[in-house]
Amino acid sequence: MADAKVVSTHEILVEGALPADATTIRLVRSSDADIPLAVVSVKPAAQPNSFMLTTAETLNKQDHYQLTAQGVDQPWEIAPSPLAMVVSVIIGSALINNFVFTRYLGLCVFFGVSRNKDTAIGMGITFTIVGLLSGMIAWALNTYALEPLKLGFMQIIAFIGIIACLVQATDLILKKVNPILHKKFGIYLVLITTNCIILAVPLLNATSGATFLQAFGLALGAGVGFALALFLMSCAVEKVNMAPVPMVFKGLPVAFIIAGLFALSFLGFSGLKVA
Amino acid sequence: MSANRPPPPVSTMLMRGLFEENPIFRLALSLCPAVAVTTAVKNGLMLGVAVLVVQVLSSMSGSLVKHIINPKIRIPVFTLLIAIWVSAMDMILAAYFSDIYQQVGLYVKLIVAFAIIISRMELFSMKHSVVPCFWDGLGMGLGFLVGLVLAGAFRELLGSGSIFGIAILPFKPLLLVVLPAGGFFTIGLIMAMFNWVDVKRGHKLPSGGGGAHG
Repeated sequence: MADAKVVSTHEILVEGALPADATTIRLVRSSDADIPLAVVSVKPAAQPNSFMLTTAETLNKQDHYQLTAQGVDQPWEIAPSPLAMVVSVIIGSALINNFVFTRYLGLCVFFGVSRNKDTAIGMGITFTIVGLLSGMIAWALNTYALEPLKLGFMQIIAFIGIIACLVQATDLILKKVNPILHKKFGIYLVLITTNCIILAVPLLNATSGATFLQAFGLALGAGVGFALALFLMSCAVEKVNMAPVPMVFKGLPVAFIIAGLFALSFLGFSGLKVA
Repeated sequence: MSANRPPPPVSTMLMRGLFEENPIFRLALSLCPAVAVTTAVKNGLMLGVAVLVVQVLSSMSGSLVKHIINPKIRIPVFTLLIAIWVSAMDMILAAYFSDIYQQVGLYVKLIVAFAIIISRMELFSMKHSVVPCFWDGLGMGLGFLVGLVLAGAFRELLGSGSIFGIAILPFKPLLLVVLPAGGFFTIGLIMAMFNWVDVKRGHKLPSGGGGAHG
């Protein structure tokens, strides 16, 4: 199969023989294959044996497209490279849609453990690892067991069960294998079960019908984003603890105001795009 | 553990959830929905009712099974009980209120992980029989509902100039509060207000400031 890729918002670079007549070419999004996207022109590109297609509609590099032409047997599949997709999902879930600051999840644990830097780092690392593990197991269970058996209504029960078991198992194994590490991170393991992010990741993946790589990216990005938020917050809280805060605002109220300011600054990431 | 202490009077159980141990502003449990869904009163009301129902049913069923479960595995059993009620609630809301469900659906599913429900089962259902558990669950659920509606009303009025989608003000006074960041500011301010009322009534604030962690 010849190669084709989206090079800019209105252009596709196609390798291989393509008829010069734009009306014989059919370009569709793989997600809705019934709606053709209008092709404006076909021109030979600078590279040998390749053509530049110009479209009327705006194209997205993250989308999947299908290209067929009269007289050519093989269709062209246009898909983003897997690595670029994973990176964009990770950046999307860690920064642009940060789970704490724009989706407001995991707040109980967030405000609970962001009081000093050491606990914040410990919780961040533990959460990222356990979240990634449980996200992948839940994805596999949903894709290979719940979906084929039409047990979608069991999602909540199944996911919370997996998380509870995994946290218990990690706790036991860590205690046996590496007691020193367990002493350091064991306390955070218990807290993870009450963190809504760890449950939200498999639920979001199940709702969007994510592929393995997308599920992996979302789970990793959620963990990294949560760790980043915790670390930032703990740095700010350590400073505020020494400041003269009005009495009624002491403790949690001022922590909320700080989190609000962080959320405002995270709005700035909404313009971020992965090329 | 299963020795039944006499339950406190009904009025105490109800009022405790509403003010002294308000789940959102006092216990600071289950904060995620308080910030996330309160951009409008309607969303807050729906999630509040969902939590109220799940809390009451879970507390009561937890109280019913407390004698037959081994105390060592009570947390997983309670979690499963909550998950069952949440699944039922999730399906009911998806079927009858699909337009609001589109916006708050994820948070309805996440009621499973709300610390307030399991902490009430652990602290109250383990020690009391079914009827007091109903009142305790009702009080806590109402406290949660009131918290969500209060925050929702504040944000909708200031951010969109309306209540329940009905325009009240001809302008939008403070667009900031419906933005993601506004939720944090709103909860922070209401929490400070609860503290202020407490100080005026002559109580002392907990040493760590308002909202001691449960």
